This record gives sequence, C-alpha cells and structure tokens, in this order.
Amino acid sequence: MNAPQRSAGAAIEIRKASKRYGAFTALNDIDLHIRPGEFMTLLGPSGSGKTTTLNLIAGFTDISSGALEIGGKSVTGLPSHKRNIGVVFQHYALFPHMTVGKNVAYPLTLRGIKGEDRERRVKRALDMVKMTDFAHRYPNELSGGQQQRVALARALVFDPPLLLMDEPLGALDKKLREWLQLEIKRIHRELGTTFVYVTHDQEEALVLSDRIAVFNGGRIEQIGTGRELYDHPATLFVGRFIGESTVLRGPTETVDGNTVMTIGKDKVVAHGRLPGDARPVILLRPERTALKRPGADAVTGENRLSGTVEEAIYLGSGSKYEVRLTDGTTAVVRSPLGGADFRIGDPVDVTFTPADLTLLPDDASADVTLT
Amino acid sequence: MPSFPRVFLGLFCLLVAVLLLAPTLVVIPMSFNGNKSLAFPPVGFSWQWYANFFSNPDWTTSFTNSLIIALIVAVVATVVGTLAAFGVTRAAARTGGLLRALLITPMVVPGVVLAIGIYAVYLDAHLVGTVVGFVLAHTMLAIPFVLIAVQASLEVFDRRLETAASSLGAGRLTVFRTVTLPLILPGILSGALFAFITSFDEIIVALFITSPYLKTLPVQIYTSITRDADPTVAAVGTLLFIATSLIIVAGLLFGMRRGRT
Amino acid sequence: MTAIPDQGAHTGSERPTFLSRFQLRGAVWLAAPAVLVLLVALAYPLAIVVVRSFTDPAPGIDNYIWFFQSAVNRNVLQRTFVVAAWVTLASLICAYPYAYAMTIVGRNVRLALILCVLVPFWLSGVVRTLAWVILLQDSGVINSMLRGIGLSPVKLIRTLPGVIIGMTQVLLPFMILPIYSVMRGIDTRLLQAARSLGAKPWRAFVQIYVPLSLPGVYAGAIIVFILSLGFYITPALLGGPRSTMLSSLVQNQVLSLLNWGRGGAMGVVLLVATFLLLAIAAPLMRQKHTSNRREA
Repeated sequence: MNAPQRSAGAAIEIRKASKRYGAFTALNDIDLHIRPGEFMTLLGPSGSGKTTTLNLIAGFTDISSGALEIGGKSVTGLPSHKRNIGVVFQHYALFPHMTVGKNVAYPLTLRGIKGEDRERRVKRALDMVKMTDFAHRYPNELSGGQQQRVALARALVFDPPLLLMDEPLGALDKKLREWLQLEIKRIHRELGTTFVYVTHDQEEALVLSDRIAVFNGGRIEQIGTGRELYDHPATLFVGRFIGESTVLRGPTETVDGNTVMTIGKDKVVAHGRLPGDARPVILLRPERTALKRPGADAVTGENRLSGTVEEAIYLGSGSKYEVRLTDGTTAVVRSPLGGADFRIGDPVDVTFTPADLTLLPDDASADVTLT
Repeated sequence: MPSFPRVFLGLFCLLVAVLLLAPTLVVIPMSFNGNKSLAFPPVGFSWQWYANFFSNPDWTTSFTNSLIIALIVAVVATVVGTLAAFGVTRAAARTGGLLRALLITPMVVPGVVLAIGIYAVYLDAHLVGTVVGFVLAHTMLAIPFVLIAVQASLEVFDRRLETAASSLGAGRLTVFRTVTLPLILPGILSGALFAFITSFDEIIVALFITSPYLKTLPVQIYTSITRDADPTVAAVGTLLFIATSLIIVAGLLFGMRRGRT
Repeated sequence: MTAIPDQGAHTGSERPTFLSRFQLRGAVWLAAPAVLVLLVALAYPLAIVVVRSFTDPAPGIDNYIWFFQSAVNRNVLQRTFVVAAWVTLASLICAYPYAYAMTIVGRNVRLALILCVLVPFWLSGVVRTLAWVILLQDSGVINSMLRGIGLSPVKLIRTLPGVIIGMTQVLLPFMILPIYSVMRGIDTRLLQAARSLGAKPWRAFVQIYVPLSLPGVYAGAIIVFILSLGFYITPALLGGPRSTMLSSLVQNQVLSLLNWGRGGAMGVVLLVATFLLLAIAAPLMRQKHTSNRREA
C-alpha cells in the first residue's frame, strides 16, 4: 500500500478573533477550537465569515484583534509561506506553466527536497489522488475534477499538519462532487491530518465532517456534530440552514410551565418554555411529523394541526407532502415507503409529539439570510 | 516584486510616465513663441502661429486633405475590415488563422520598403498625388487595425444569441441587423477610429506619393521641420496633442461606463 | 399512416441545417475585398521591389553583391540591428515595471497610467519626433538647461544616443501594451497559492509570475525590434550622417539617386530580416498554457 505516512494533525485555537475591513466587520469575536486530526467544516451562507476565518488561518489576511494559535503556537504576524499549511482553493490555482508533476513537486523544491526523494513523494501524492498517469500533462488538459485532485495532492505532498479547503468542489457537477467527497473522506482517514473545510452546502458538510461550525453574519451560531446540529439546533438560523424544516409562528401562552402556541384553529403544546422574554417559534422536521386522516388514529399527548394537502411528491424512498395549515403556513411532511397515500386536496392532520419539535427564540435574520 | 518597496516601484513608474508624456509637452510653450524660431527657451508670447495655421493655405489645404482622406479611409477600411473579421472568425479555424496572419502583415512590413513599392506602382498608374492613391494605400495600412478591433468583439460575442433570434423567427439579415450588429458596434466604432487615426497620422508612404498639388498634414509638418524653424509646427503639434488626448479620455470614459453596466 | 410521422428522424435531419445557417461555409469570401486591397496595395508593390532588385539596371544579383561588398552598407546594416537591440532593451526595462504597476494599482491610478501610454501611442509620430528635435537640438531644452547650470552643452541631435532615446520614447507604448495585456490575464491568486505552498513572495514572483508574463514580453520585444528595424522618421529627423539607418539609405537610393535596383535590394534585405525574426519569434508569443481562471 502506497499510503503516505500518518502525520500528527495540528490543533487550532481561535479566541475572541475579529476581522474588520474599515467600517465593515467580517468576523465578530469568534471562538473556535479544532482538535488535532479533526475534520471541521465551516458552514454558512456567502459573506458569513467562513472564508475570512480560513484566510486568517492560512495567513492570507491578518487578524484585527484576538488570538490565533496553530499547534499550540501563536501565528500572529507569521506570513503564509512560513505556516506550513496545505491550502486547496475553489479555483484550483494550479500553475498553468508547469506540468502536473512539476506542480506537485513545487512545494518540495521550496523545502530543498531533491532527486529521488522528491520523485518518490510526488508519485506517492499522485497515487493517493489516483492521478499518477497524468504527471506529464499540463493543467489546462485536465477536467475540473482532475485539476482539483492534483491541487489536493500538491497541498498534501509536503505532509502539512493542517489542510485548508475553500469550497474545493464548488465548481464541479453533482456526481463528481459526491465521488470526490468520499475520496476526501478516505484521504482524511488515511492521513490523520487536521482538515478545515469551507462550504455553503449543508449536505456536503454533513457527509464530510466530524464537527461543523455554522457561521452567520460574521459570528459562529453553533458548533457540533451533524446530528447535534440537526436534532438540537441552538438557533432558528441553524435549524433552518441544516436540513428541511417547517417553522410555526403564532400567539403563545404559558400553561403549567409548558408553551402553548395557537396555529389558526389549532393549538400546539411544547414542553417547557424559553428563558427570558424572546418570542418563541416552533421548528418541525419533515420526517418527525406524520400525516393522518382528520381525527383518525389519535394518540394521547400528540399535537394535531389540520390542513389540506397542497402538493404530493413521490420520491422513491417515500413521499413528500406540502400541507397548507389553517393559519396559511405550509408544513413539509415526509412519510416513509408503505405509509398511507394522500392526494392533493385531501383534508389531513399533521401530527407530532412535543418531543419531536424544537422550541427556539424567533430570529428575523434567519429568514432574511436564507432567501 | 511584492517584496520590493512599493515606493521604489512607484517612483520608477512616475519617471516612465514622465518620459512618455513630458517630452511631447515641450511643443506647447514653443507654439506661443514670439520669434520665428524653435530655439529654447521661447521669447515673448504670441498667437501668430495658430493664426498662421488657420490662414496660410499651405497648412489649411494640407489639413483639409488629411481630413478628407482619413474620413474616406475610415469608411472604406471599416466596411472592408469588418467583413474580413467575419470571414476570419467564422471560417474554419485553420483557414481563419492563415487569413488573419495575412491580413495583419501591413503592420510589420517596414514602411520604407512598402513606400518605394507603392511609389513605383503609382508612378506607372499615375496615382501619385491623387486622393485615390492615398485612400488605397491608407486603407491597406488601416485594415489590420479594424480587423483586430472587430475580431476582438466578435470573439466575445455569444453565437447562440443568433441561433436564439433565428428560432424566434428572424431571418438572417434581421438577425444581423437586430442582434449581431448592435452587440459588436463598439468594436466596429473603435476600428473606424483606429482607421481614421492611422490615415491621418501616416507619413512614410505619404512622403513618397505626395505631390505639390496634394500634401497631407504630416507631410507638411515634416517638410516644415526639415526646411525652416517655423513654430507653426509646434502650434499644430499642440492642437493634435489636445485633440488626441480628448478623444482618448472620451474613449476611456465611454469604456468605463459600458464596463459598469 | 400514423399521425406523427417519425418526429425524431425529422428533427434529426433538420438540426445540421439549422446550425449551419450561421456556420457559413463561404464565410471566407467575406474577406475577399480586404485580400484584394492587400494584393493591389501590398503584395504587388512588394513584388515590384523584389523584381527590380534583381533586374535594375541589369538582370542578376549585382545589387546584392554591391550591398554586401560595401563596408559603409554593412556598417549601416549592423548599426540598424544594434540600435534596434538597444531600443528594445531600454523599452523593456521601462515597460515591465510600468505594466506590472498598472495591474496592481486602484482604478483611478490605472486610468491615469493607461492615459500616459495611450496619448503617445495615438499621437502623430511626427509631432512626437518634433518634440525631441526641440529638446535635443543644440539650442534645445537640454542644452539650455546645461548652460543654465554652467555646464558645457553636449551634442545630442544627429548622434546615435539621441536617436536611441527618441526611438525608445516613441516605441515604448508598443512594449507596454502587450505586456500589460498578458499581465492583466495572470491569475494573482496563483501567487497566494505559491505562498501557501511555502514560497517567499519574491520567489513566487520570479517562479510563477514572471514565466506567465513572458508571452507578453516576447510579443512586445519582437514588435519593438521589428518597428525599430524599419523606423524612418525619427532617425531621419534626429540622426545625422554617422547615425544613418537602413531605411534612410533606401529612401536616399530611390528618391535622390533614382537607383531602384540598389534601393530595392536594401529593402529586400530589411524585409527578409523582418520576416525571419517574426518566423523565429512567433512560437514564443503563443500562450501555451491558457490560465484556468475562466472556469473558476
């Protein structure tokens, strides 16, 4: 097996870091700790600060205030060519006047590695991304996916303890992207290098990452595993950004320590109440809700919202329904294969238990950012 | 170079900019010379050389001649060059490439060699000192500029727009008139400007095929420099400098406005 | 018969004609008028020059033998090449940093820099040479300044350095513009990539930026060199007997001595040198590895 040596990944410690461009604050007081060997994804819409964070780690821009440590050492003021970090860019950034082999050899040459040793390591890196046969080609003779694999080999050939990737698959089509995601995951497993990956694609983040940091408006909204973010979003923004969801808003009151929200003609009970006086909203996941015939199959304690099927989509693995509730909200419901079949116009009840919903403080910015 | 002190680069560029522009500016003070001399520094102040340019028939006729010839050349070279640009762009790649290389040769042929050849031909054909002779030679010299300008806009032009227009029911001429032409018009206009200036400034061929009855402005300037120290040339130079600068500033502003939309 | 008679085959046969309506097979013919103008005003005159060089006054290669046997002519030929080389080198040294600066400054400064190139580029060469006559002449700007600070005047006009200075200034835009147009296309993010791989800034510049800018340098150098070889007006007005260049010699043979054969032979030498240089340099100017920035 030709796998490169496992290297010890570097830890990253970002404390109270801000980045300002004149009056504009790109990054506002963020804290981020990345463990050695971890696959951390920085997820968020464009302009949310994730690429700025990557540029700070890479040394392409300087931090305005706060601290940044890589491998336990402060790197403030250290130029990027002294940081020994691999970077993969969305635009590949292969040198057009060098062959694939020369491109991959370039960082080794800079480090004074010559002759057979260099050859061997170039071959090893190209083997890893399965591009060995292309060593004598020029970048413009390669497809986008091939170029990105070469860029990956070039960023890893000098065994950096840390690899940064800035939307590396953004310019590729879906099939190729999915295949390369698996390749990147495999390489991460083989190497033990710390990977920091920037994307705006939440599915990609879920596929790849050990943990995900969700960025919004220059802040980190939440850091956690994919499951934590999906099941227990800390903010409405995170809940809406990761996965599909239905958001319910309505007048609320507190009854016996529980929150009761009125949705048109129906009431929804959520366990507990929000601290403070934030206006609560309810977040529902499509697969944790079910459709029933009006009034049928009642279970004690469940919430029922009446409505009408507006759209029914057959997905193969199941069906997806859009239901217009009595207050005008559209709820998305997924039902697994073998469930009852509903047609457009059918009156239905959307049902879920208080344990299936998430109670969150309302946040108007979550809607604005997503559209 | 990023590690070079930026100051050093900035100073160097300032020097180059001065070298590019400043020497030419010397014609401005000379054009107001009180004496009939090109010696520096000028003495006194007078508008007489400008007055001379606008009243002396040697200067006025040569200026009108240049203007007429350059206008005709601009029209002819733009039509011929635009057609050629279509031919080059839409022909098979190999043929197009060869054709292009052929059509831009006037740019690299040494002027004097061309001039003696044209002079020889014109002597036989009695074209020396004729407007037709000037137009023919200048059109040939201007075609490469039109070709390059129009071809540049044709290459960024999206051919699928033509297919789209045609699918909407436009005939071939309608497609050209309503889609292709408006989109490549900036290229054609800059080609026409190039052609005009090429002809208006042309001197080497003009020196050979000129006659006492038909002189162009550059020929008049050249003979004036070699024959006498008449500051009228400085006045003409100043006027040309101002006109050229205005055209370029207008062009840059126009290009900027287009670039923004 | 079915209601829909084989639609697939129908559209299949339509498609090629539909597309080829604009892929005119006869598109080449649109260039015919331009080619005609070139035949009449370029090819035919040049053919006459070549023919006369071999036939005037008598058939044979006497004119070429005369040209290469005369030490004066060989000197002029050599001088023409030396001057062209100096002008090319001097304008390259001025142009490269200038063009680079044009790519890194803000928009307003860039417009100013472009203006400084375009005005001389489009201003009549005669006028610009006139300016140099005023500057360099014995009673010119430079000498009156020298006198002003108590130094003895120097001979500038009708000397070789004077010719080289003037030609460099006149031809500088032809060097700046091609270099700038190539530099503008260089993806500067490649420099950032090189730094992330461990290259010091100056090393990234030399190893990545400079090689990518070379097609522009070659193009500018070849244009300036070729234009210098055939330059006529500036050397004629700024030069003297000791700085004669080939073009002036040709002009003199034809217009003053009416010796078409000898003038033609010189012209052919100039023409052949020009096209040889172009043939050698053409492959260098091609941008082999188009940058991949457009896809990104």
